[in-house]
Amino acid sequence: MLTQARTTSLPFAASSGYFDQRSASAKTGLRFLMAAMSSMFFLFLLSYILRSQVPDWEALSEPWQPLAQTGQLWFNSALLVVASISLELARRSIRQPDHGHSRGLLLLAGLSSFGFLVGQVAFWNFLTSRGFFADSNPANAFFFLLTGLHALHVVGGLVAWIAATVRLSRERRQPTEEGLALTKLSIELCATYWHFLLVVWMLLFALLSSSPGTYAAIAKFCGLGD
Amino acid sequence: MAYADDVENEELHEPTGFIWKYVWSQDHKVIAIQYSTTAILVGLVALVLSGMMRMQIGFPGSIDMDSTAYYQAMTMHGMIMVIYLLTAIFLGGFGNYLIPLMVGARDMVFPFVNMLSFWFYLVSVLVLLASFFVPGGPTGAGWTLYPPQAITAGTPGSEWGIILMLVSLIIFIIAATMGGLNYVTTVLQARTHGMTMFRMPLTVWGIFVATILALLAFPALFVSGVMMLLDQTIGTSFFMPDMMQFGSQLDYSGGSPILFQHLFWFFGHPEVYIVALPAFGLVSDLISIHARRSIFGYRMMVWAIVSIGVLSFVVWAHHMYVSGMNPYFGFFFATTTLVIAVPTALKVYNWLLTLWRGNIHLTVPMLYSLAFIVTFLVGGLTGLFLGNVVVDIPLSDTYFVVAHFHMVMGVAPILVVFGSIYHWYPKMTGRMLHDGIGKLHFWITFLGTYLIYFPMHYLGFLGMPRRYYAYEDYPFIPESAQSLNAFITVVAIVVGISQLLFLFNLAYSYFKGAPSGGNPWRATSLEWLTPETPPKHGNWGTSLPVVHRWAYDYGVPGAELDYVPQTTSPEEVPVHESDHDE
Repeated sequence: MLTQARTTSLPFAASSGYFDQRSASAKTGLRFLMAAMSSMFFLFLLSYILRSQVPDWEALSEPWQPLAQTGQLWFNSALLVVASISLELARRSIRQPDHGHSRGLLLLAGLSSFGFLVGQVAFWNFLTSRGFFADSNPANAFFFLLTGLHALHVVGGLVAWIAATVRLSRERRQPTEEGLALTKLSIELCATYWHFLLVVWMLLFALLSSSPGTYAAIAKFCGLGD
Repeated sequence: MAYADDVENEELHEPTGFIWKYVWSQDHKVIAIQYSTTAILVGLVALVLSGMMRMQIGFPGSIDMDSTAYYQAMTMHGMIMVIYLLTAIFLGGFGNYLIPLMVGARDMVFPFVNMLSFWFYLVSVLVLLASFFVPGGPTGAGWTLYPPQAITAGTPGSEWGIILMLVSLIIFIIAATMGGLNYVTTVLQARTHGMTMFRMPLTVWGIFVATILALLAFPALFVSGVMMLLDQTIGTSFFMPDMMQFGSQLDYSGGSPILFQHLFWFFGHPEVYIVALPAFGLVSDLISIHARRSIFGYRMMVWAIVSIGVLSFVVWAHHMYVSGMNPYFGFFFATTTLVIAVPTALKVYNWLLTLWRGNIHLTVPMLYSLAFIVTFLVGGLTGLFLGNVVVDIPLSDTYFVVAHFHMVMGVAPILVVFGSIYHWYPKMTGRMLHDGIGKLHFWITFLGTYLIYFPMHYLGFLGMPRRYYAYEDYPFIPESAQSLNAFITVVAIVVGISQLLFLFNLAYSYFKGAPSGGNPWRATSLEWLTPETPPKHGNWGTSLPVVHRWAYDYGVPGAELDYVPQTTSPEEVPVHESDHDE
């Protein structure tokens, strides 16, 4: 019979624990979240390239413009790299007995991320103090908008980081199997998310500090502009 | 994939007390009903607005409505219907209710985020409705919100209305993203034992793919919304070009309105399928169940859904032929637009082949499904006209377009919403909706919508422009067009009022409807096999269902009943001896 062909049972998924299921769900959810965020940043960047081809655009990267010196932004980037690396190390060391250095690494990640945010705010202040406001030029507007949105996503990450930190300290006081699994999961998710934030930031940084010639070349490649 | 044994033993913390059970609920079924109720209520607002517009068009001056109010009504009607009613009810309503039940999960994987999703949605609706009460009223920019006019003085609501609209959309997108993460993750990670992807009902497939579209396409609306909000509030020039107003130069310069159009339609076209794909899925199930016939070409249907989803991202500029574009681009977008007709036509053929030699029961859900097929067909065929650049240019901005999109993405999905509510209401309440009232509601709605929208094609051919407040004194519009407009208005008012039948039926049947039992339609999919109806918190009692087959074993040759539930193992299939030998 036709229907019989459809009834052959595939083997059930290997029986795994509740936390495996929960952790798989959380990771899948995070991947889709990152996909949606990528879509958002990608569309912003396309808009950026398109808008940059209008003559009123005054690129911030010209030699006489503030982004000619990127020292502060490199410093901020370094902080985000530190955060990303320390979360990766925390993810690895939580598996060791006594959780290794995970506590210190987690704190370092949070502090350097916070430092990154402070650095970004400092750079915004620097821009506004020199008269570069969002409404004075589209290049400025995009700079504030893109770095601001990225910073907001770091703030969102810090909320998750707080949850991970709380879970870890609770786990150290009263170790349970459940607590350990949740802590591992939290740190793992944070690490993935921070790597993602770092990649987004590096792309943003590269684009924002590129020369107008680069924008023109990208625009031409995309079939935009003249 | 899959839930593991431990999940079955997980303690179910059933909420107690009214507040936690029905207000701050994390149960997907309650959230689904919250979503649906809100969507229907805000949809009624949009329905009343359309009635007012029709009065103005059919009987100019009969109600107190000036051109400002007309444009505001038009904008809010469009936006509410597309986003706050259809998107919300298909994903937030049906998605929430059906996904966990159909894949055999106890709930969504992130129940708290799911609850937040509804509350964000509610806030977005309230912000939107608040724009009726701000100085200047809601925005009248048209639902596409094109700059520069959307934020330029002279357009209704260009100060506060547009701000609230954009803020509301941004909140809605956050809500849709939180919901969407739940739907896709639940489908991928929380399916029960034996529920492979290719055993899922097509409803789940439709909602699943539509949700992925939503997760990737809504960011485009977010991006354009944020940038326009900044143009309006702090005076950036993302979209605003150099402009003169009342003889003086505005502060804007160099922005690109076309960029907004690209972003908007990069969202806007997938949005059509965010609404249509769940409708395709739901209607496939309704047709199969009420024709007692296994769905024809299940895998083909799945791949059609997937390919329509993919293609929907490369057709957006067919909304912009009249904005001016490189002819090669026009050719490209016309081609992709026409190619999308292939998987869509495939689905229509498969629905027909499912009906072919089926045991068709003309129940209310079936009537709505049949109505959907013809309506969608008519709306889809006019899409072939409009997808071609040379045909679109004269027809663009006429009533032909109004007829097309109301048929294909207004009426057709709403018919599925009605059919699906008639179909799943018994599971939600334990009672059947009243059949007689249902049929009356169906015939008025189905015939009425044809009488409303079919004549609009002719008005479009006559060149009657859309989005006009008044049609007097245009020599090219004949007298007869006004008679037709009056006729359309009368029918529209009748159809609008007849929706009260539906609301009455929902309320009446909740108390007085015939008890339905657990599986009144003799369906195979898991949601009909819950131990209680309506399902309790946790859905499945002590143990999760185990799935052995696809969801479409209807009219099984030789089986004792004419259907085999998904949980029936091959050994259990009751087959008559004589048939077995064949």
